[in-house]
Parts: sequence; C-alpha cells; structure tokens
Amino acid sequence: MNVLAIVGRVFLTFLIQVGRLSIFTGRAVGHMVRPPFYPRLIGRQMVEIGYYSLPVVGLTTIFSGMVLALQSHTGFARFSAEGAVATVVVISITRELGPVLAGLMVAGRIGAAMAAEIGTMRVTEQIDALSTLSTNPFKYLVAPRLIAGVTMLPLLVLVGDVIGVFGGYLIGTTKLGFNPATYIARTAEFLEVIDVVSGLVKAAVFGFVIALMGCYHGYYSKGGAQGVGAATTNAVVSASILILILNYVITELFFAQ
Amino acid sequence: MTGPTAPKTTGETNAPPKIRLRGVRKRFGANVVLDGIDLDITAGESLVVIGGSGTGKSVLLKCVLGLLRPDEGSIEIDGEETVGLSGRARDRVNAHIGMLFQGAALFDSLPVWENVAFGLIQGRRGKREDARARAMACLDEVGLPDRVADLFPSEMSGGMQKRVGLARAIAAQPDIVFFDEPTTGLDPIMADVINDLIVATTKELGATALSITHDMASATKIGDRIAMLYKGKLIWVGAAKDVFDSGNAHVDQFVHGRADGPITQEAEAD
Repeated sequence: MNVLAIVGRVFLTFLIQVGRLSIFTGRAVGHMVRPPFYPRLIGRQMVEIGYYSLPVVGLTTIFSGMVLALQSHTGFARFSAEGAVATVVVISITRELGPVLAGLMVAGRIGAAMAAEIGTMRVTEQIDALSTLSTNPFKYLVAPRLIAGVTMLPLLVLVGDVIGVFGGYLIGTTKLGFNPATYIARTAEFLEVIDVVSGLVKAAVFGFVIALMGCYHGYYSKGGAQGVGAATTNAVVSASILILILNYVITELFFAQ
Repeated sequence: MTGPTAPKTTGETNAPPKIRLRGVRKRFGANVVLDGIDLDITAGESLVVIGGSGTGKSVLLKCVLGLLRPDEGSIEIDGEETVGLSGRARDRVNAHIGMLFQGAALFDSLPVWENVAFGLIQGRRGKREDARARAMACLDEVGLPDRVADLFPSEMSGGMQKRVGLARAIAAQPDIVFFDEPTTGLDPIMADVINDLIVATTKELGATALSITHDMASATKIGDRIAMLYKGKLIWVGAAKDVFDSGNAHVDQFVHGRADGPITQEAEAD
C-alpha cells in the first residue's frame, strides 16, 4: 500500500471539503442578507432555537453556577479569598461557561435536528422539489436557520447567564454563608460590560456555526437513512469542535494583552 | 447479436421542438451515464423514456430540469438554451415546468393544500387565499376530497401522496410536466388511476410531457412516443404503439421483460 498516496488522498479530500464549505458559507451569507426573506420561517426557527432550548440551557447553566460557587469557595479557602466567589462565578459564567455550555447544548439539540431535517429532505428529493417550484433552497432552508441562530443564541446566553449567576447565588447564600445583599453587591462590583458583551459575541458566532454545520451536513447528505445519520453526527461533532476552537480565538481577540 | 441502432429522435411534425437536446453528456467519475443524447419533444407531445434501473433516466430528467449540469451538450426549452442558467433565469424557466417526483417529494412540514399551492405562494408570491382556492381545485381535479387539504403528507397513503404530487405539478398550469417513475410503488389499480390522471391533466393543460419509467403499461398509456435509453444512448425512439414491435432486440427484450437477451449478455460481459 502506498502511504504517500493515502496521505495525498486524505489531504485532497480535506481541501475539497474546505472548498465546498467555503462556497456553501458564502452562498448562505449572501442569501441571509439579501431579500426576499421568509419571516414566518425565521420566526419558527427562532422559537425552535430560542424558546425550546431554554430548559436545557437553563438547567446546564444553573448547575454550572452552583458547582462553580462550591469549587471556587473550597479552592479559594486555601488562601483565604472566599470573598471572591461571587466575582469568579459571574465572570466565569458570562465570559466562558454561559456561551460555551449553551453553544454545546444547542449544537446537540438544534444542530442535529437541522441536519436530520434537511438531510431527510435531500434524500427524499424535497430539496429538488423546492428548486423546481422556483424556490431557492438556500433562501428557504438555510438563511432562516442562520438568521435565527445568530439572533437567538445571544438571547439564550443572556438568560443562561442570569440563571447561572442565580445558581451561584443560591449556593453562596444557602450553603456557603454569604449575606444575600453582599453577594449581589460583589457580583455587580467587578462585572464589566466587556465581560457580558464578549460572551454575547461568542454566542452569536456559535449560533452561526451551529446552524451552518447543521445545514451544510444536511444539505450534502446522501445514501438514505445511513447518510442522514452520518450527517447528524457530523453536524454535532463539527459544530462542537468549532465552538471550542472559536471560543479560544474570540477570547484571544477580546482579552489578550 | 443485434446492436443498438441509431434512432430517429424527432417527432413526425415540422413544428419547432418544445424541448431540444443535442449531444448531452454526463459522467460521474469514470461512469459515463449519458453519452451524447439527441432528442426533440414537440409542443403538446408526451414522450416517455424507458430503460432499466441505473441507465441514466433520472439523470436525463434532472439535466433537463436544471438540477444537474451536463458536462457537454445543449438543452433548449422553447428555443432558449438552459444549460448553465442559474438564479432568477432558471426560476423563470422552471416557472413553466411542473414535476411529479418518484416518491412525490411532498414537504413533510406543510399540510396538503400548502404543498399543492407552494409554487404559487413561494415561487410566484401569490396571495394565500387565492393559492388555497387553486390548490382545492387541483385536489378536486386529481380526485381527492376537500377533507385531505389540511392533512399532512405522513397521514396519507402512497397513492394519495402521488395524487397530491400530481396536483402540485399542475397547480401553476405549466407548459411542460415531468413525471419521474409515476407508478413505482403503487398497486396495479392505483397505478392505472395515476396513469389516467396524468393523461387527463396533461391533455387539459395542453402541456408537453416528459416521463421516465420502466413500467411498460404506464409507458404505453401515457406516451405518444417512447424512447429507450441504454448504456447512456437512446437506442430506439418511436411511436408508443410500435414499441412492442420495434425490431430492436434490446427494446424487445426490455418491453417483454425477458431474462435472456442482449441486455443480460452484455451486462454479464461488462
């Protein structure tokens, strides 16, 4: 077996995928910003992403806030810095945990659903039917999902931030002995606008990536049920990896000295 | 062995063709699917392309529809070259075309009436009330009662879905209608019902029809002419009434459904 040939084939396949994704992204963004729009479809996707993801994001962030309060308290007690718990919780939640955890949860829930739905439409010729009915599939299927992803994930993260901070507050005041007023004052004292804004920017980027991966893998799925299954897996895995990579890149852009 | 013979690709009339294919070639990797297709379909004519599974019938249809781009050749509709058209130019051409897909390809998320009216609401940006009225008329035309209008496709049988697909294909009153395996998966009675509906609706519209099938009962019923696709080429084109007496060994074997013959021997040789 020629090892070089295998390496070359893998590399060429990678380049083809990157090229295809780049063209797909360019077309999708073009249709996202150019009319006509489909308000009914955008609204439906917003409800699906924003409203129906709220329970899972809320649960994730509240327990993360609670754990964070517990962990930081036990850790900071080693050098008598327990007073920083509220600050650590709010900054960790708004900058990192809120957007990343919400992103990963939504990638699992929404990215998979998008890939499965669009993939099924592909293998049952529904996407071809759209084209024959003078309706652009990018305009009808992809653009509404991208718009909904970019707009709803920041809102979801904002709510998740509040719930996560509340989780820390619950543990801080009921278990760790903080005075409620002091805890709230400490939470607000060191929180800066950039902490929240950076998290919301991350959320918007993650929302775009989740919708893009869901649509891309669904759009190019083939081979029946097995192909749709593979598209769903690929959508979740690629979106999750991209979220973690982009999280670092955006953090670097905002906070690197 | 009787080899494929050069077919006569045009109909009997001198009218300019509604659809004209010249030298259409399409390959996927090393697999040549269409190898120089020449075909004319005159206005109001119903042409059926027959051929075995995997002979490129669907690829041919998708090339004419613009869903696939041929590697070479020309496809004209109403005298306009359509190869390479995209965006609004393609939408303008497709606005005159209706299509019944093999599995009906109804949109799962929409009720039946919105499926039928989809091209009118989304493609032509018509009013929903007007589109619904037209959808109800089309459903009536294909023999479906009013009560199915608000059902979802998953709540219907395969035959009913095909009827809805046919209603959707004719809703925008197209000049050209394509039928992809219209009777596949249906019982013989329902298949005959669909064939009758296809004949009736295309005659009513005065539309040009291009169908692909391997169901000979369907082909002879809905087609004025029949063309046989084999190894990427049209090996026989003639009147539907002559297909069982074509004088071509490949066509004879296919239309009579014989296991033995040149097609089997050549496939084994490949």
